[in-house]
Amino acid sequence: MIINHPLLGPRDSAEFTYMGDARLINRPDWQADDAVAQFTDYGYLRDNPAGAHRELWFHEGGDRSWLVVTRDTTTHEITNVELARDVARAEGRSK
Amino acid sequence: MFRSFLPILSIQRGTVSVHDLKPITALGGTDPRVDTVGSVTLTENPGLALASVAARMGREAACKDHLKSVIGAVPGPGECQLNDPEAGFWMSPDMWMVGAPFDTHEDLASQLKKRFGDTASVTEQTDGWCCFDLRGAGMENVMERLCPINMRAMQTGQAQRTSIDHLGCFVLRRDPADWVRILGPRSSAASLHHALLTAMQSVA
Repeated sequence: MIINHPLLGPRDSAEFTYMGDARLINRPDWQADDAVAQFTDYGYLRDNPAGAHRELWFHEGGDRSWLVVTRDTTTHEITNVELARDVARAEGRSK
Repeated sequence: MFRSFLPILSIQRGTVSVHDLKPITALGGTDPRVDTVGSVTLTENPGLALASVAARMGREAACKDHLKSVIGAVPGPGECQLNDPEAGFWMSPDMWMVGAPFDTHEDLASQLKKRFGDTASVTEQTDGWCCFDLRGAGMENVMERLCPINMRAMQTGQAQRTSIDHLGCFVLRRDPADWVRILGPRSSAASLHHALLTAMQSVA
């Protein structure tokens, strides 16, 4: 499998480590009234889609960047690759 | 913790004298190791001082100005600026590694910190890495057995981080183009050397 890194171009997936659902970058507010319930959902509940799935990949054997990869779980086709930094900043979460 | 009852100056030379300390290379020798197999030569290079420069948030432009004045350019993704005495390559977004001869730049990190000030976080990297130079005709044949990057497509002045034998290594293509420099984790220097030598023997 080849992952088309937004900065470095096509790279072998052996250089990457899968780090789970991309929603893990949306960490709940620990000061919220229902923080325990939110963290329970955050920690344990995942969708398991047959189809497009947004997931985190860490370029461990490369430039150490975190990527948000949109991958079809039935065909392994990768349709979109973004830097996780850019995704977080686009959502206004980076200070 | 062990404590001697004797003042340090009264300890005799030849027993445990602190004056007998000698620098050793990453592979543990007193001289750099050189291995030639067929047409390629692998040389251990202990003479490199390294420091990483990471731009602080909001100070990226000022940091890049300093970097340009030190090494002559701001390397983009996958690029390496070959320059004397200070050179550098791109590590990750807004982060670069700067290298220079150890003999003249042993305190490279503090020199850079003085120049960059609070525009960047500078980290001493010299003793984190070991450096091997692989040179000679057929160097590509060795590299393609070691890592998934396309060595034949890589040009002089490009640098990539990749995995060699499960070790995260930087690979820099130098001038002339039959020369590649490999920076690997120093604590795994012997493992990396073994992997490189095994690939060289497979090609020969």
